[in-house]
Amino acid sequence: MIKALQMIPEKCTSCLLCEMACSLENEGLFNPAKSRIKVFEFEHGKTSVPYTCTQCEEAWCLHACPTNAIVINKNTGAKEVIDDKCVGCKVCTMACPYGTVNYNSATGKVIKCDLCGGDPKCVEACPTQAIIYVEHEAPL
Amino acid sequence: MTWQQQILRVNLTDGTCTAEPLNMDWAQDYLGERGLATRYLWEEMDPATDAMSPDNVLIFATGPLTGTMASTSGRFAVVTKSPLTNGVACSNSGGKFGASLKFAGYDMLILEGRSPTPVYLHIVDDEVTLHAAQDLWGKSVWETDAAIHEKHQDPQLKIAAIGVSGEQGVRYACIVNDLHRAAGRSGVGSVMGSKNLKAIAVHGSKGVSVDDMPRFMDVVKKTWKKLEQDDGRRELTELGTNAMIDTMEAFGGLPTNNFQQVQFAGTEKINPEAMQTPNQNGHTNLITNKACFGCTIACGRIAHIDQNHFSIVNRKEYWHASGGLEYETAFAFGPACGIDDIDALTFAGYLMNEHGMDPISFGVTLAAAMELFEMGIITIEDTDGVALNFGNAEALTIMAEKTGKFEGFGQILGLGSKRMCEKYGHPELSMAVKGQEFAGYDSRALPGMGLGYATSNRGACHLKHDVFAEDMEDQSANGKAQPCKTSQDAIATIDSTGLCLFTSGAWDMADYAEQLDAACKGSWTRERLEKIGERIWNLERQFNLSAGLSKSDDTLPARLLNDPAPGGTAKGRVCDLETMLSEYYELRGWSDRGVPTPATLARLNLS
Repeated sequence: MIKALQMIPEKCTSCLLCEMACSLENEGLFNPAKSRIKVFEFEHGKTSVPYTCTQCEEAWCLHACPTNAIVINKNTGAKEVIDDKCVGCKVCTMACPYGTVNYNSATGKVIKCDLCGGDPKCVEACPTQAIIYVEHEAPL
Repeated sequence: MTWQQQILRVNLTDGTCTAEPLNMDWAQDYLGERGLATRYLWEEMDPATDAMSPDNVLIFATGPLTGTMASTSGRFAVVTKSPLTNGVACSNSGGKFGASLKFAGYDMLILEGRSPTPVYLHIVDDEVTLHAAQDLWGKSVWETDAAIHEKHQDPQLKIAAIGVSGEQGVRYACIVNDLHRAAGRSGVGSVMGSKNLKAIAVHGSKGVSVDDMPRFMDVVKKTWKKLEQDDGRRELTELGTNAMIDTMEAFGGLPTNNFQQVQFAGTEKINPEAMQTPNQNGHTNLITNKACFGCTIACGRIAHIDQNHFSIVNRKEYWHASGGLEYETAFAFGPACGIDDIDALTFAGYLMNEHGMDPISFGVTLAAAMELFEMGIITIEDTDGVALNFGNAEALTIMAEKTGKFEGFGQILGLGSKRMCEKYGHPELSMAVKGQEFAGYDSRALPGMGLGYATSNRGACHLKHDVFAEDMEDQSANGKAQPCKTSQDAIATIDSTGLCLFTSGAWDMADYAEQLDAACKGSWTRERLEKIGERIWNLERQFNLSAGLSKSDDTLPARLLNDPAPGGTAKGRVCDLETMLSEYYELRGWSDRGVPTPATLARLNLS
């Protein structure tokens, strides 16, 4: 049984602490622009929706990668980018139907959610439990 | 670190945008935001300058903790000379704009001069451009926000803009960011308008670092927890700031009908419970609560208006959600004007955000106009045919829109209560200090708050001091000067960190010190922060004195000094300001004329 991130938009206050925690974990500083998770706002803030890679079963990013730089973490089920193998061709960003793989111009590589190795920092940072990490049988 | 150590200077006269190093010596003495911006203002302009002249300087400033994971880290301040008070203006806002400015690499934005034609400023990290804004001039804040997003096709742009009220010099025009957060008070929007600057759009992607990240995150998690467990925080999350309306009603400190009464019969129709209860059409005002950047409180309300309500029944463009009632908006449109129609209040609140105006000053100015109307000083000949009786909800919505669009009697209301009441020969009806209108706390029931109103450097204001608990316990003037001074200094510090004042119920100065000490190089102690707050307060005072204000401006309207409270727990009381004021000057180390003594200035390194 592996775990997946579950988003509950009704609880999201749009504080962006998930984006901050994500950038801190992955980039070592506070920078929502470099976050793997994004909060989208609609209608003057009536609705806000945190969104990131669903770690989907098909994993088109993984199949599209010409250098095998995206691999499955057997423990978490996350599709992870191996930086040393990524050549920054961006094919995965086009293959992803959800727009959750993004190119980082500063490093010339792509970035995506890797579930922080099984301890997602966005979950820890969310003050309203709008993002939870739950067990499931198949990818959500 | 945590300062980006860089400011952006924009000379609107020449059209030049220049990055320059932040004065780090000043940052050590004034932190950031309110304090540091005031230090720059003091250096860069003559306080006697006319507020609407090109020589006034408009500063947007973040704090050292803005854009970090400290809770409520989305704050920024707008500091300039106020066209409402002719003293220092210091307006604080949240939303996401301030953090974005910091992420773009700037602690502060200094705007000087006046553009020959309307422009807006576009900042994407190091790329800074002034764009023509002729096509935006005359548009509302909401239209401007949509047009700039559309033009740049950049959803990550965070935008601060003014409406027509700011273009036309409404004395309490504000700067609205992220659609419904605002640097609300003292007319900072009109200073922006006087510079022909319609909007500032920022996309920041550089990020923010702190000095000792592991320690900082330990402290941050500890302070999150402390805030989470605080009862006051819980009330703000669940009920919003409007929870105060029931407290003030019960206490008898809720200014009603332009401060003629201290309790309002319609309170239960506009309180948090009313916001959450379906009306006869099954419509519930409140939808949800939302946070500013980095905030774990989320006091902001998102509401919508009943589509059957007279204000919007034929106006589908308002059939959407937006920022809902805060306490001060509810007070200024509700009790102050005698109106108990929650949809009318909410709609007028929308109009304030859409057109960029301070709801407190607008509401209390309208309340004064209503009293003038009921006295027969002004008639429907003056008011475009609208009967300005207390309780007239339609008059509220019509006048909010007219003032926002600077039409008809709205142009008179746009003067603010002081200038309007003087115009009609009844200055005593203006419920203001230094020209700025009161917030929703009656000084007869809350005398310590009254001392704060009288001495606040930006005119009547509920956010620059906190003597609330002391006043609730004892309604006499005794012993109020000390807590007033101490809280003024503490708040000056908090306002300079980049964090929100609403953390102060849960955190003490040591909590702020610990977060700053982990984030910033240098030794940041409680004592040092207390001294910084006092230094800021005295510098603001120096600015005001140099601008021509004096002891005679440290006063309250005659109604609060002479007319006994007609009801509530303070029935029969007036505000004994004189006693408190002498004690206050002495505690501050000021002369009996309210001027900081040379010894005081020397002690605070202000000589």
